[in-house]
Amino acid sequence: MNSLVLMLIGVAMVLAGYFLYSKFLATRIYKLSPSYTTPAHELSDGVDYVPTNKFVLWGHHFTSVAGAAPIVGPAVAVIWGWLPAFLWVTIGTVFFAGMHDLGALWASVRNRGQSMGMLSGRYIGARGRNLFLVVIFLLLLMVVAAFATVIKNLLIATPTSVIPVWGAIAVAAVIGQMIYRWKINLLLTTVIGVVALYSLILVGDRFPVVLPDPILGMSPATFWIVALFVYAGIASLLPVWVLLQPRDYINGVQLFIGLGILYLAVMFASPSVVAPAVNGNLPEGTPSLVPLLFVTIACGAISGFHGMVASGTSAKQLDKETDARFVGYFGAVGEGLLALGAILAATAGYRTLAEWEAVYSAFNEGGVSAFVQGGGAIVNAGLGIPVSLSATILATMAVLFAATTMDTGVRLQRFVVQEAGEIMGLRINKAVGTLVVLVVAVSLTFSAGGDGAGGMLIWPLFGTTNQLLASLTLSIVAIILLRKKRNPVPVLIPLVFVMVMSIYALIVQLGTFWTDRSWLLLVLDVIILIASLWVAVEAVAAMNAARKGTFDPETDEPVLEGSRKA
Amino acid sequence: MSLRSSLRSLSAGLRELYEAPYRRTLSRARRDEDDLFMLVVMAEALGVPNPASYYTVELLPLLNERVHEWHTRLGMERSPLENVSCC
Repeated sequence: MNSLVLMLIGVAMVLAGYFLYSKFLATRIYKLSPSYTTPAHELSDGVDYVPTNKFVLWGHHFTSVAGAAPIVGPAVAVIWGWLPAFLWVTIGTVFFAGMHDLGALWASVRNRGQSMGMLSGRYIGARGRNLFLVVIFLLLLMVVAAFATVIKNLLIATPTSVIPVWGAIAVAAVIGQMIYRWKINLLLTTVIGVVALYSLILVGDRFPVVLPDPILGMSPATFWIVALFVYAGIASLLPVWVLLQPRDYINGVQLFIGLGILYLAVMFASPSVVAPAVNGNLPEGTPSLVPLLFVTIACGAISGFHGMVASGTSAKQLDKETDARFVGYFGAVGEGLLALGAILAATAGYRTLAEWEAVYSAFNEGGVSAFVQGGGAIVNAGLGIPVSLSATILATMAVLFAATTMDTGVRLQRFVVQEAGEIMGLRINKAVGTLVVLVVAVSLTFSAGGDGAGGMLIWPLFGTTNQLLASLTLSIVAIILLRKKRNPVPVLIPLVFVMVMSIYALIVQLGTFWTDRSWLLLVLDVIILIASLWVAVEAVAAMNAARKGTFDPETDEPVLEGSRKA
Repeated sequence: MSLRSSLRSLSAGLRELYEAPYRRTLSRARRDEDDLFMLVVMAEALGVPNPASYYTVELLPLLNERVHEWHTRLGMERSPLENVSCC
């Protein structure tokens, strides 16, 4: 199979999804109306509620949902062969992710831009809301731990990326000053920032940094993980304009550059896919494809995290309700394309099958490093950039995505800890809150050894939690549709599929953690399993009530029989 | 569209991309600081002795417009300040 053909088929599938299926959803299911007054207009305040041009809104919706996760997941999952990952990403984007993101956006727009947490309180009940908070906390915790490991692996596998990765922090800090203190034009700042970053990549490519072993009494792996958490802690405590905001921005720009580089390279090089369509020669210890594929690739096929961005943030800025189709559905398409690029890089960037099999020698081997290596070879063949430089570019990009998620994740978790402290009557200051978050995350990362292998073990569990969040969102969308007496089937089928797969995966992983004696992960798994079952029970009850009852078509509030006005 | 105006709209789009995700956080922080400033300037009116009132009194007229937004946000239907006409 030629990778260019595969790419074209994939792109055609998701675009057809956008032009046909999202149109069906928008007109028949969600019934988006151009005359509906969106919260951005109704509650316009210049801060949260701001009517925004749909292309700009799509831009920051897409850059907030896409990151390292749609690269890590597919890069791990191609171990089962390229076909399952390809099908799950394309079909998932069309029928799962696009529908989910559009639905979340629509549900929130119809509810004054409230977040999914608030909506679950309204449509499922107070317990639904608490459940939501628990799930979000676990999700952030796992993503922080998993990404620390991902970054560490990349820094060790691609020593040329060390200088650009850490130098990017300085670049971001300077950009923040340029914008807020020196008030320099943003377009100019962007150009300077990108040039600075790519110069650092050139420098890093010339001077790879390999840490001595041991360093400060730690192995390089341990050292990098500790350094990353120290960085994340400090970054999350600084005022956001100093570091987090410019970093997010540069990453957004990088995302477009990276996608461009990857797709152009595949187009010019069109290497053939060496990996088997379905891997019949699975390395020992690889879990079975069903259900693990469906939780290994979460972002890129369906991800509950998108619902959080769509509701509460993007929903407050939607100019017209009909823009939701472009912002929500096409945002998912963008992420699907990133995942597709990751699949292509990890399967077509090798010369022979034997070489590919040597990289994917065990489950969770390969992964992002395989993406960087394979992608580097493709970029070299397609655009003529030297192999080592191309690999440095891709590694830097992947690390930057993961690192911003880490620092933002630590910051958000600190708020959760502080809030939980308030409920218990304790006043937790910023530093203590951050410390609590870091201790928990570090112990999770090191739970399976000092080299941070725990971080990667968590990956499927992270996917599962993400899917759980998606099922919660889909349940809410289904309940709203049922209350409005509309056809809920396009939501119900993906909902049931995702929920069954994630519960099945949790049970399979329970066995793995038991035999591995990873007690911390076992406890996490049990908590998530209970939460999943709980979600299922609550959702079914709420859906049943929604199906039977009568509701006001405007407000969705229940109408008591007999009290209706004649 | 001329090059200049398309560059300008690109710049405006980038600006939005830069600012929108953090608009809320930043305006909250700014509001907190404004509140503190207001408290200092209005200290005498609220019954707190203020050694710098000789200087801050000059600022009172500048803050008058903000009083309404401030007291409604704090959940008071009417202004607690006697010397500021509001509502």
